[in-house]
Amino acid sequence: MFPFIFEWEWDIAHLVFMGAAGFAVSIIGAGITYCILKTIYDTATEDGGEKGHH
Amino acid sequence: MTTPAIPEGVKRCSTGKFALGLAVAGAVLLWGVYAMFLVWYKGLNQTGMDNAYGFALWIWADLAIIAFGGGAFFSGFLTYIIGRKELKSIINYAVIIGVICYSSALLILGLDVGQPLRGWFIFWHANVHSMLTEVAFCLSLYLGVLVIEFIPVVLENPKLDRFRFIHHFSHNMHEVMAVFAATGVFLSFFHQGSLGGVAGVLYGRPFSFREGLLIWPWTFFLFTWSAAAVGPCVTVLITWLTEKIAGKKLVKQEIFRMLGKISGWMLLTYMIAKIADTWYWAAVTAPSKGFALMDFYTNNPIYGIWILIAELVVCGLVPALILISRKGRENNFLLAGAMILAVIGIGINRWVMILQVMAAPLLPFQDWYMYMPTWQEIATTILPIAYGTILIMLAYRYLPIFPQEKELNPGS
Repeated sequence: MFPFIFEWEWDIAHLVFMGAAGFAVSIIGAGITYCILKTIYDTATEDGGEKGHH
Repeated sequence: MTTPAIPEGVKRCSTGKFALGLAVAGAVLLWGVYAMFLVWYKGLNQTGMDNAYGFALWIWADLAIIAFGGGAFFSGFLTYIIGRKELKSIINYAVIIGVICYSSALLILGLDVGQPLRGWFIFWHANVHSMLTEVAFCLSLYLGVLVIEFIPVVLENPKLDRFRFIHHFSHNMHEVMAVFAATGVFLSFFHQGSLGGVAGVLYGRPFSFREGLLIWPWTFFLFTWSAAAVGPCVTVLITWLTEKIAGKKLVKQEIFRMLGKISGWMLLTYMIAKIADTWYWAAVTAPSKGFALMDFYTNNPIYGIWILIAELVVCGLVPALILISRKGRENNFLLAGAMILAVIGIGINRWVMILQVMAAPLLPFQDWYMYMPTWQEIATTILPIAYGTILIMLAYRYLPIFPQEKELNPGS
């Protein structure tokens, strides 16, 4: 899974597969991080979340 | 004053009636959990699987349930990427059904691997050339995405929503839901496809082996397409069932018809591709391996040519033609019937691509090899239905899943 695991090889298959997996994890992680930070900001300032609420 | 746990403006059944329903579903769940315990404690000797059947009832259930859960990714794609905002009236429910399907699929896989304690090996020691590795990664990540999509629905429970942090968090998650939905579509495309790819790359088994594009056999694309076609049908059918049990209208009829139309065209195009794939396999691929078409449909007690006709015509072309016709969609009986047939058709497809593949002889001196699941396999396959029923009961009672419910039931 990672370059420090003994099976790892620096070939195109590993780079494409793990690159795509890492990309997906990064998007999910970034989305959640954004939500948490924005929520902290909104709660602290109480000016967000009310405009065009779902 | 305490905040009510049930969403504002809607009525739910009495606590006693709700508890009785939970008890019935819970009893079935416990039966499945007992079987699950036996499998984990005593091992795979509790199943009907053997050296010939490394894939059996569980893997069929897995593939079918993942296809049926395809309504979540496809509805998310239509709602957030294509912009069909009217589907917001059903997207919450599609997500819940997706969570149930995908968590059940992973639970079944946890049983099927035989050594769940080593389940993490597939991630840590990943064989990047394996279709199943791709499935494991995408399936796990997509379940994570579905849970993320489910969280804001849970947080909208009145008792939770009164907290400012939770209220803002739920709102902010809704704001970026398109990003999660797009990631879900990406992950779904690959795991639905790779599940089909597993069968297609079995070059030692001419019943399932297919030609393809680059590293992907045609079954890769057919599985993704069929899941997108049938997923919305499952969402509509479960919503209908919920309406019948609750005795209420929950979603406007136009939404069902719209999803029926989309499913119909998806199913029709899928069937054209599937029939072309079957014809090429029967005329070129299988003969090149020394097999005639009827070799796969004779000399055994179950798998006659009827199963091919049932999959392609009765449960394929017929429901597709009903769903694409306006008259078919406007008749509730035909609409529901066509969707049920479509679901059965994809269930048959997954069955033959797993079980018939294992049953068909590979060499001239071999016979068909049949398989009978044990009660433990059946109980653990029914377990997700009981678990899903309980989750739906809880979600329907305590969460504002259907935004049109108040409007459609003004008196209640």
